[in-house]
Amino acid sequence: MANILELQDVCMTFGQVKALQDINLSVREGEWVAIMGSSGSGKTTMMNIIGCMNKATSGTVILDGEKISRLNAKDLTAIRRDKIGLIFQQFFLISYLTAVENIMVAQYYHSMADEQEALEALERVGLGHRARHLPRQLSGGEQQRLCIARALINHPKIILADEPTGNLDEANQNAVMDIFHQLHKQGSTIIVVTHSPDVGSHADRIVRLEFGHMVSDGEKKA
Amino acid sequence: MFFRMIFGAVTRQKQKLLIMACTMALGISLATAMLNVMLDVGDKVNQELKTYGANIMVEPRGASILSDLYGMTEGSGVNDKFLREEELPRIKTIFWAFNILDFTPYLDIKVSVKGVSEQVTMLGTWFSKHLDLPTGESVDVGIKNLKSWWDIKNSWMEDEDEHGVMVGATFAAKNKLKEGDSLEITATDANGGVQKLDVTIRAVYYAGDNEDDGILAPLATVQRIAGLEGKVRRVEVSALTTPENDLAKRAAQNPHSLSHDEWEIWYCTAYVSAIAYQIDEVLTDSRAKPVLQVAASEGSILEKTQLLMLLLTILSLACSALAISNLVTANVMERSTEIGLLKALGASDGEISLVVLTEMLFATIVGGIIGYVCGLGLAQVIGHTVFDAAVDLKLLVIPIIALLVFVVTLGGSLPAIHMLLRLKPTEVLHGN
Repeated sequence: MANILELQDVCMTFGQVKALQDINLSVREGEWVAIMGSSGSGKTTMMNIIGCMNKATSGTVILDGEKISRLNAKDLTAIRRDKIGLIFQQFFLISYLTAVENIMVAQYYHSMADEQEALEALERVGLGHRARHLPRQLSGGEQQRLCIARALINHPKIILADEPTGNLDEANQNAVMDIFHQLHKQGSTIIVVTHSPDVGSHADRIVRLEFGHMVSDGEKKA
Repeated sequence: MFFRMIFGAVTRQKQKLLIMACTMALGISLATAMLNVMLDVGDKVNQELKTYGANIMVEPRGASILSDLYGMTEGSGVNDKFLREEELPRIKTIFWAFNILDFTPYLDIKVSVKGVSEQVTMLGTWFSKHLDLPTGESVDVGIKNLKSWWDIKNSWMEDEDEHGVMVGATFAAKNKLKEGDSLEITATDANGGVQKLDVTIRAVYYAGDNEDDGILAPLATVQRIAGLEGKVRRVEVSALTTPENDLAKRAAQNPHSLSHDEWEIWYCTAYVSAIAYQIDEVLTDSRAKPVLQVAASEGSILEKTQLLMLLLTILSLACSALAISNLVTANVMERSTEIGLLKALGASDGEISLVVLTEMLFATIVGGIIGYVCGLGLAQVIGHTVFDAAVDLKLLVIPIIALLVFVVTLGGSLPAIHMLLRLKPTEVLHGN
């Protein structure tokens, strides 16, 4: 499998603080990678760089064969829209739109809203019957599944999840992980940022960060 | 999808948008009321000022010249000049007819009253005369409305009352007269004949002026005993006028010194001099003179009142704008997460601005319409409370209010939206 993502000597500093230092990482297409580390280790910073929401201070980032490290904000937005599906710990759903409309928003800003396709995406995550409900009428697990459906709707190259089970109980955590397994089987590339060994254990590969340094790559055990 | 987002925001965020619409309604109602009152306050104050007397005096041309040149108010050459009573309705047919609020003629003669040693001035006038105008309209004019501040014991008498008079408070007090008493009046008519008249006092009036030492009677009665049927000595006119400016002052000195265009402007503006000029045109051998002291005071009061109202209106508009823009800004700032998410999903700055501004404008336009309607009601409350009259609704207020709604909404939203658009999604989604 070809590399879908490559980070070469990536550094990120915020003022005097070095959040990431000399990160080198390659992710193959269809791979499930967990980026783990304690708070302040730099895993969210790394996710923001991979997700085109921040630019690295130095180094090279290649996504799907395109060097993105020096692109401007507008081009990064286009890359993010076309190639990345984002899943957040706090869900970030639009409170005044129904479940299906939340998915259609992602379609709308990508290309064109298609309600039927959005409903099918909801069915795939087991939320077909909740399509007309507002986010506040959904449980935490349902909201996260809705986020996953939204992240998948535009067929992204990479699914990037930041602590996807951080706000969920065990049952919902398992449900979300089941969905990730299905996606992985279907060939999706998944990068999960987490501090949870349990979540990390589902991945093919675990990358560990400590104080901005990559301290290990490849171990699967927590 | 765009409209679904707007619809969703409007129908499912009712409370937020309602607060915004209410604030807008509150601000706009205040602005609407103040603007309507401000634009109408000139007429209202003018009308109010007109209740304190006439501002144009019409006299026979010859008598006016003697009065102007030599200060003569009595004697040969003054008292033998008259205006024609039958021409007086023409005053209400001039170009500025609708600005003529009231007028009344006077004919004064000296009479002797039995039991009173000195001669007394008997003043004939219209009390509330019904006139059928050549234009087909009809009006009621006379001293009753023109001197509305006079204090009358009992009530004003009627023009048709041939055997009644009203007496001034000073005259009544000096001679211990009261309503219901009879008077035996003797006068010398224009031919030198002696005329006698028995009348009953219908009311005692207090004018606070020289008139308090005289007798007031219907014009026809005085004309009959003076042998001066159809004649009047002078006419007082109360007109709604525009404050004088340089053009009006030049025209007052000599209208023929104006250029054609200046003359057109002056003639077609309700300057007191223009109205006086037009009265001259319709009455034979007359000289209509503005009572300049009254006109100038009125103009000054009017200008100051309008300035005060303008300042109050600007102040209220500024307060409304500030309150609304603060709320709009707060609302936009609250949506930082949503805006960050839309950016993360790939929305462009323009697309995000369009969604947020459309929602804001929807709420504020609804609030603006409600505020405008409430403002009209508020204007009427102010009108009835302060001026005891309805405030005319000015169409000019509508575009001003519409502009205000847009400016305030955009002014309140754009800086906040601009600031939020500069934020990176990570800053609002992760706090980094």
